[in-house]
Amino acid sequence: MAIEATYKGSSFFELLQQDHPHLLPRFPIEPGADTSKIPHGTTVLAARYRDGVLVAGDRLATEGYRVASRDVEKVIATDQHSLIAIAGAAGPSIEMARVFSVELEHYEKIEGESLVLEGKANKLSQMIRQNLPAAMQGLVVVPLFAGYDTRRRIGRLWKFDITGGRYEEANFEANGSGSLYARESMKQDWQEGLDRDGVLRMAVRALTAASDEDRATGGIDLERRIFPVIRFSVEEGIEAAAEDQIEAIYREILQERSAGGTAS
Amino acid sequence: MTMPFYVSPELLMADKAEFARKGIARGKSIVSLECETGILLMAENATKLNKIGEIYDRIAFAGVGKFSEFDQLRKLGVRYADTKGYAYSRDDIVGHALANAYSQAVGEVFTREPKPLEVEVIVAEIGDDRFEGHGSNAIYRIKFDGFISDHRGFCVIGGEVEDIETILRDAYEDGMPFEDAARLAHRALARAPNGGSELGAESIELCVLERSRKGRKFRRFTPEELSATLGE
Repeated sequence: MAIEATYKGSSFFELLQQDHPHLLPRFPIEPGADTSKIPHGTTVLAARYRDGVLVAGDRLATEGYRVASRDVEKVIATDQHSLIAIAGAAGPSIEMARVFSVELEHYEKIEGESLVLEGKANKLSQMIRQNLPAAMQGLVVVPLFAGYDTRRRIGRLWKFDITGGRYEEANFEANGSGSLYARESMKQDWQEGLDRDGVLRMAVRALTAASDEDRATGGIDLERRIFPVIRFSVEEGIEAAAEDQIEAIYREILQERSAGGTAS
Repeated sequence: MTMPFYVSPELLMADKAEFARKGIARGKSIVSLECETGILLMAENATKLNKIGEIYDRIAFAGVGKFSEFDQLRKLGVRYADTKGYAYSRDDIVGHALANAYSQAVGEVFTREPKPLEVEVIVAEIGDDRFEGHGSNAIYRIKFDGFISDHRGFCVIGGEVEDIETILRDAYEDGMPFEDAARLAHRALARAPNGGSELGAESIELCVLERSRKGRKFRRFTPEELSATLGE
């Protein structure tokens, strides 16, 4: 690989387009192809809280009615302060998250300064738009993007549609096949100024609700010890929720249920 | 038919080398030092334009001479490393491959173009303890004609580096603690072997590759951290 490049800008995605088009994540797919054979990710969610933003995702990937994988990680840290949560076709989504994190790092190194959070969200929406032809054939990439805005000192989150439409959400959002149930659950639990424990409890409840009602969403698996991936983006950086803490909350939910309480 | 003037290759190369050397000698110097915790790079630089930069997880860049030219090289290095790391794996990016690529590119300009690059660069790579045989550090220097050399302990680029090298040769020790290494680098840049340097923290740029950091090991010192380190 020679060091020469014709591209002179600061975007990695454009560098690939111009100088290394064969490396671009592209998914040529026949119209009418059966995309149910391609692994899909299911429920992811994000919510703002007192110290920043929480992003969580279940671990299941499905191919139609089959389990493709039980321990996929759908929440990916894209840099020191931002996270992407992927729902939709797993291959293209993970690849997009990978290009996107290189994009952020590349910009920072070339320009000597990071993009602001909103700039990152904008860049992601342009990349999703490029994927539109594949999305129309069923390879849908619709991530949630969230992070801690180091200038405004708050957590912020965005959802996207397949055309690259970018919508900033004020408080919380969920995506994927179980998102309806997760969102309903969060609507009950979310309130302004939640602390870290509170928002974690809310996320575990929402994921449990989603996995209860949606067969494609993976629940917490105590036998195999598979827990959802839950990350926090705060001023200090990205932090992970401890598995034993998730387990404790989940066991409380189970107890409530067996005590004949709510069905959630 | 008119005949072009004949210029012997020896004379042509000597002229170009003289030209490049003059250009580089006008600029300030940069030192790179291995220390206990990693590798430090220090430049005499009173401007806001950085001479030291991050290339990849374990690799840093430093350049002297004409800013536009070495900064272009830095960006080429970032593009090269990011593309290769994306196509293969992050662990496939190694310092000697990058240093070689630089040497080829700079050498080619020197022989082909009428004007050589007026630059000299350092590629510093911190060792990786996770992999057998990749644990040691490497510092490469690439000169304006593409000449490449590797250095143990310390390396100096820029104009009139002999007195800086003398100071380092006398005082440098293997495995120096970071603070001592930083102060030594500062004294060397100020050409004041016994301290009492006239070179204030505001005209110093300091970056390190730290072994203990996870992932990207490059760190730039803020002005506050810099004054604290240099003890001002």
